[in-house]
Amino acid sequence: MKTFPMGGVHPQENKLSRAKAIEVLPLPEVVQIPLGQHIGAPATAKVAKGDKVLTGQLIAEATGFMSANIHSPISGTVQSVDMVENGQGLRQMMITIKREGDEWVETIDRSTELKRECTLESAAIIAKIKDAGIVGMGGATFPTHVKLSIPPGKKAECLIINGVECEPYLTSDHRTMLELGEEMLVGVEILMKAIGVDKAIVGIENNKPDAIAHLTELSKKFKGIVIEPLKVMYPQGGEKQLIAAVTGRQVPPPPALPIDVGAVVCNASTTYAVYRAVQKNMPLIERVVTLTGKGVKEPKNLLTRMGTPIQTLIDAAGGLPEDAGKVINGGPMMGRAMINLASPVTKGCSGITIMSGQDAERKEPGQCMKCAKCVSACPMGLEPYLLAKLAKKRQWEQMEAEMITSCIECGCCQSTCPAYLPLLDWVRLGKQTVMGLIRARMAAQAPKK
Amino acid sequence: MEVLFYTILTLCVLGILAAVILYFVAQKFKVEEDPRIDEVEKMLPGANCGGCGFAGCRGLSEALVKRDDISALFCPVGGGDTMKAVAAYLGKAAAEKEPQTATIRCGGTCEKRPRTNKFDGAKSCAVAASLYVGETGCAFGCLGYGDCADVCTFGAITINPTTGLPEVDPDKCTACGACVKACPKRVIELRKKWPKNRAVYVSCVSKDKGAAVMKACKAGCIGCGKCEKVCPFGAITVEGNLAYIDPAKCKLCRKCVNECPTGAIKLVGMEPLPKAPKAAPAAAPKAAAAAAAPKAVEGPATIALKASGTNPLMLLNAKKAVMESKADKSVEGAVVALKESGLKPLKYMR
Amino acid sequence: MANKLIVSPSPHVQSSQSTASIMRDVVIALMPALVVSVVVFGLNVLFVTALSVAACVLFEYLIQKFVVKGACTICNWSAVVTGVLLAFNLPATIPWWIVVIGAFVAIAVAKMTFGGLGKNPFNPALVGRVFLLIAYPVQMTSFPTVENPALDALSGATPLAAVKFGTDAGQLPMTDLLLGNMPGSLGEVAAVALLVGFVYLLWRKVITWHIPVTVLGTMAVFAFVVALTRGGDAAQLWQFPLFHVLAGGAMLGAIFMATDYATSPMTTKGCVIFAVGIGLITMCIRLWGAYPEGMSFAILIMNACVPLINKYVKPQRFGVK
Repeated sequence: MKTFPMGGVHPQENKLSRAKAIEVLPLPEVVQIPLGQHIGAPATAKVAKGDKVLTGQLIAEATGFMSANIHSPISGTVQSVDMVENGQGLRQMMITIKREGDEWVETIDRSTELKRECTLESAAIIAKIKDAGIVGMGGATFPTHVKLSIPPGKKAECLIINGVECEPYLTSDHRTMLELGEEMLVGVEILMKAIGVDKAIVGIENNKPDAIAHLTELSKKFKGIVIEPLKVMYPQGGEKQLIAAVTGRQVPPPPALPIDVGAVVCNASTTYAVYRAVQKNMPLIERVVTLTGKGVKEPKNLLTRMGTPIQTLIDAAGGLPEDAGKVINGGPMMGRAMINLASPVTKGCSGITIMSGQDAERKEPGQCMKCAKCVSACPMGLEPYLLAKLAKKRQWEQMEAEMITSCIECGCCQSTCPAYLPLLDWVRLGKQTVMGLIRARMAAQAPKK
Repeated sequence: MEVLFYTILTLCVLGILAAVILYFVAQKFKVEEDPRIDEVEKMLPGANCGGCGFAGCRGLSEALVKRDDISALFCPVGGGDTMKAVAAYLGKAAAEKEPQTATIRCGGTCEKRPRTNKFDGAKSCAVAASLYVGETGCAFGCLGYGDCADVCTFGAITINPTTGLPEVDPDKCTACGACVKACPKRVIELRKKWPKNRAVYVSCVSKDKGAAVMKACKAGCIGCGKCEKVCPFGAITVEGNLAYIDPAKCKLCRKCVNECPTGAIKLVGMEPLPKAPKAAPAAAPKAAAAAAAPKAVEGPATIALKASGTNPLMLLNAKKAVMESKADKSVEGAVVALKESGLKPLKYMR
Repeated sequence: MANKLIVSPSPHVQSSQSTASIMRDVVIALMPALVVSVVVFGLNVLFVTALSVAACVLFEYLIQKFVVKGACTICNWSAVVTGVLLAFNLPATIPWWIVVIGAFVAIAVAKMTFGGLGKNPFNPALVGRVFLLIAYPVQMTSFPTVENPALDALSGATPLAAVKFGTDAGQLPMTDLLLGNMPGSLGEVAAVALLVGFVYLLWRKVITWHIPVTVLGTMAVFAFVVALTRGGDAAQLWQFPLFHVLAGGAMLGAIFMATDYATSPMTTKGCVIFAVGIGLITMCIRLWGAYPEGMSFAILIMNACVPLINKYVKPQRFGVK
């Protein structure tokens, strides 16, 4: 069975909600919509305090190409457009809407029946995706229309659908593939058309045999779609790792992109959202969020409107456990710990993981004994122990020479360290600093040209 | 005898040969360097701290010798005296700069600024700052993991474990600026160094609105502007809910210190001004904290704040009321009323 | 909310292995060899091992407490590993005070002066052993005799010494080498027991196969080439390499000493280079050096090269051809 070429770890899967069907969360009374919930420039608000909005109405427009539209997930009145604390307690521009009834924008087709045929041209498809404000829903939140717009001189050869879901605990993609598989495959067809390829591979890790079987059966009805079971290994859901696992091609170090090896990767939930956007005119206003954790009474997969407070989801799953220590937006490997549970669900939020008791606290770090486990676990072939040491000493130039920019922050190094050293904390700091230095250098060079 | 002769001869020939080779090699690879660079380097402190913007003292020496105009170059460690000496040696005009010292502009001690969550990552301000807001509700203040202390080559900064804040030893501080660059929250500022290490500065960098500041920290600047009004030299400006004392204009008159309702304006190395008709010298946090201080000299703000406890809303309203209270009469009234009404100061204030 | 939320950067998962569990696994892996050693050399083996472990732990505790003044590190079991390995490199009849001196050199000189676990450039147990070998050559090479007809001519000589001084390697029964029925340091004699430990370490994912296999492979190939150039009958071609892999400290060194985390390279490629070096140097010393055994010296020499290897041998970077 295929997997990526180097490194990787296999943490405990803990897919507690794997057998739980997607549940629809009741409409929230108040939503908060951050304007920056994607990579790139934050959207520009198109509504002001007191405005009435309908469900699906555009409330913030993409600022430039590298940005995404945002739509109202409920109907009601805009209460404010102001700085509000996000999950990390940092202030962010958000639109707050209070719900009144449930009125939708008329053009949206809310029926659930499958619509197979799509007669649109590539450009029209991408325009529709852009209008719907679709971004990568696996967590990276890269605007999908940017990804699909192949730069001149490059050619896409293969579409890869990311159904790997290698993060422990999370099951939102799994459930989407299982319950909305056919819709998703129509989405794959649409994406193939958009980028002009006749081959698509859906990569799914082997710990989801039901999804693999279901999609393999369905894919017989579609032309050019292959379901590829992959060996269970974290971080296979990483774009570069998935491309390497599926095609055997390695994306060169930054600034190279997947398209340089002819691949376009799209997440499974995103693909479903593409289907809805193109076939049903449905903007990205809801998503499946896994609410999970060992202490959680009822781990669930919840179909949630964007902007719903995370506390509402926690309550729906039986409330915050007594010994809850850490609430993570995302999975335990790459998710961000939160301090503000009133913060909203965003486009990139695939799950909320609650760590309780001892799991929540890091163990006391010891001394590096040079066991080299981090080096062999690194899927990018880096030396985390060295990078962490250099970051601590603030030797940024040397870090750049050691290819720090290749780091994907997957956390394999730290999760495999028997001395419990905070390797990635330092490596990430080094990466951010070096990226900043590189940008500054480029900015300094630009006017000279 | 013959052996000895040949030995000496061989050695002599070898020696001469080596000398000739060395001479030509030295000629060929000779590096022309201004001897004054060495001299200037000797005059510099040799700390190699990088505070001048060069990698080390050698870099600054080269620049000092090579550039015609050296007014943009300055060694913060050596200070004005060193620069004058170097300029005199080189026959150029030196930059004039007053001696400076690093100042920690945050008064959010563990006591004044309660922790609302627990940070469990690598103990580094930069790591915490890139992750989230910090352990307290304040998004601007000191994080307290000591990045500044780590980068200080002179051992001038230490983290005080009881306050959780860094402390600068002005006698050791050379104003190299390494800590200013290392602090992700930009809390540290290089300020004019007065004789006897005296200082008056706003010990807060929070640009939050008053209400948010009060919620997070009892020692923050709420941008009320009272200090701005009282300053006779126009040294204080309030911008974005934050007061700033311009060290170039400040004359250490201390009037603002008594005026500050939260004690955010810090006074170092001097006694506060005697009790003014308007307010008492309670604003200096130490004096406010001292339980021994008689009630009469405590400012209305302090009393109102104390009475209102930790409830942020009450605190804010109390603050507002105190700010609105004008004459001596109302202050007195406030004190009496507070005593009488116990925990319900708002009733009276309204 | 009653308790404060905890915040830390990702990942929020930590390893199930710990420094202590890894070190404990190494000690467990060494146990089969200890048992065989007790059977071969008697109960004195237990005394030497216990003394060595106790001395190592005590020295580490004292130094950490009174010199370094840091947190107690003996709970991570690394001093125990050093103690057992040091004992395994000593003859069973060694006087007790030499063991204590060896433990002192291993812990105080070779480990703690550099900052303790992970920072020592040389394997502490080997430094202790080599120090003793040079300081007390007589005591260090007086091995207890074992009933073995093939070695009767030179009582108390190890097979390597016997071969060095004229015995034909083919005369020594391989079964004795495998089972440890020969004179030697107390932990090195039973190849089978050491292999059991090797399998255990692989299963527990404490070490990878690269270093041990490469060291022994290099030695075997080298011995094969030497046997080829020396001529002789066909049996020599397999007996000679097999003898060198099984005899002396080859197994112990390759499996337990060369794989020491702190003193081996960080990358797989580096480990292979390191291991080839050990194999070559060991064989050179064994065949042409003054000592019959060269494993300890070879490992220490290659330990010295590790920083250089780490600097120049980088892992295969993703996406770089």
